[in-house]
Amino acid sequence: MEKEKYSKIMNSIYLSSNNIISSLGFNTKENIEKIKMGISGIKLYNTFKHLNEYTAKVENKILNKKFSKIGANNNYTKLEKMMILSLNDTISKSPFPITKHTALIISTTKGNIDLLDLKNSKLDPERVYLTKLGEVIKKFFKFYNDPIIICNACVSGVLGITVAKKIIKNKNYKNAFVVAGDIVSNFTLSGFKSLQAISEKPCSPYSKDRNGISLGEAAASVAISSISNSKNIAEVIGEGESNDANHISGPSRNGEGLFKSINKAIKIASLTGNEIGYICAHGTATIYNDEMEAQAFNRLNMQHIPLNSLKGYFGHTLGAAGLLETIIASKSMNNNYLYKSYGFNKIGLTLPLNIIKKNQKKDFSIFLKTASGFGGSNVAILIKKYNN
Amino acid sequence: MKKKQNIFHYCKIQNNSVLLNDKLIVSEDKSILFSEFSKMLYHQIKLNYPKFFKMDDLSKLALITSEYLLTDYFKKTKKPNDISIILSNKSSSLKTDKQFQKTIDNKDSYFPSPSLFVYTLPNISIGEICIKHKFMGENIFFISENFNSTLINEYASSIIKNKKNSIVLCGWVDFNEENFKAFMYIASNNYIYNITTNKIDKLFK
Repeated sequence: MEKEKYSKIMNSIYLSSNNIISSLGFNTKENIEKIKMGISGIKLYNTFKHLNEYTAKVENKILNKKFSKIGANNNYTKLEKMMILSLNDTISKSPFPITKHTALIISTTKGNIDLLDLKNSKLDPERVYLTKLGEVIKKFFKFYNDPIIICNACVSGVLGITVAKKIIKNKNYKNAFVVAGDIVSNFTLSGFKSLQAISEKPCSPYSKDRNGISLGEAAASVAISSISNSKNIAEVIGEGESNDANHISGPSRNGEGLFKSINKAIKIASLTGNEIGYICAHGTATIYNDEMEAQAFNRLNMQHIPLNSLKGYFGHTLGAAGLLETIIASKSMNNNYLYKSYGFNKIGLTLPLNIIKKNQKKDFSIFLKTASGFGGSNVAILIKKYNN
Repeated sequence: MKKKQNIFHYCKIQNNSVLLNDKLIVSEDKSILFSEFSKMLYHQIKLNYPKFFKMDDLSKLALITSEYLLTDYFKKTKKPNDISIILSNKSSSLKTDKQFQKTIDNKDSYFPSPSLFVYTLPNISIGEICIKHKFMGENIFFISENFNSTLINEYASSIIKNKKNSIVLCGWVDFNEENFKAFMYIASNNYIYNITTNKIDKLFK
């Protein structure tokens, strides 16, 4: 009994210092303030000659101005600047320094994919390799270890946290910095458009008139360790992953993979499910994704739990989304405050969900974060308020 | 001493040859292109899975390697409902990315292909294996310069120890221009304690 208790304590993993660089701001606080005010970063951009689309972009001017304080703008791609700037903030506020036992975990779907369009850059085209992107970040901060790079579609960001949890348990790593990021590129915009998955208006998750995603760009980062510290903001108490084994680019109809993921996470956290006070869902605003989530949450009898999608504020930031949203949701929990699901109007699902329509006070100590992506991936994590 | 208890199940495909558990079972002329080579393997293993021809080269390579390995492995072991899959490579989905980029490079011939775009993620190759076998376990795709057996073994043993799945399909599947290499092995309870990463690294080469 004693031994079991001990091992459970040893397995605790905490999120501490963090940063978000997005269309809404350059640190977590700025992002939270905008959300609280009900501001979305999604705007109509005519970014790529013939493409006028609603996207959520990080302003180049401000990014370059901020980055110039720590590095030479011309030597880095936009994504590298976002990731470095984000990590720089997180590392500077971290309760632990970078040592030989610190892991660098990088999550991204497309990395520097804009470099494939050679007109774009004077930089070495080899930087399109994710390993090169990893080297650049490793070198900037003088990490001792090679980065662990995760490229697993739209669940990459949440996987950053679950990978940290798995590796911190072993002897090689005592702690980790996780950074997740993706940019809006001609590549992804054209691709999602070709799949007819881009919304003609800003995305509206779970709504009747929803018709696809709005792309966004962001970098998010967090320090993770197993040590108690007053800077810790939340504890990761369970995680579950499952593949739909159904379709490479479409979600399963009955939400089987998501259902299984959440069940696994609940089991690992030794919960019943009733303890969950809030669900920070994936909610991309495609017709099939949101319906699939409704199926899974109803099968788990979670339809009454307050739920939102943060995609209405940030757009779908692909590999960054899961980490960015976990940070926002942790802040939401610590502030005892739920944020409205931006862009939601009239429910458009065949089953009920308790979508958060107005910002509101709520005390809760555990939330569920879910993500699903191409390739059939589903991930669920359970996060608990940190009690020192 | 312990090493003798279990054979290490692996499959390696490179230089137009297939190695299955130390046995060279296919060896073709190196000048044959992958499009041709993959078709030969498809017929050799009697795959009979028309979806295969819609896949990009990375997914084709991953699926074929997994077919050789899993068919052999499940001859002697009962096939579980679920297995987990951990794959990795250096080049992500870059070969297909470049093909897709060509469809959007030129304003006058702009015509992005949805069937190419869906393959511009490396983990789609894992998805294809899962769909073929209805495997609903845990998945992850890592990117690294070289094969990182330490990370992959730790990850696999963490899945097995937590009793999430008893079998994990692990490996490397990389496509860069026309160069390709695949190496997959089975991580299971028996194996975890009986094989060193050194040995895996040697077999990988």
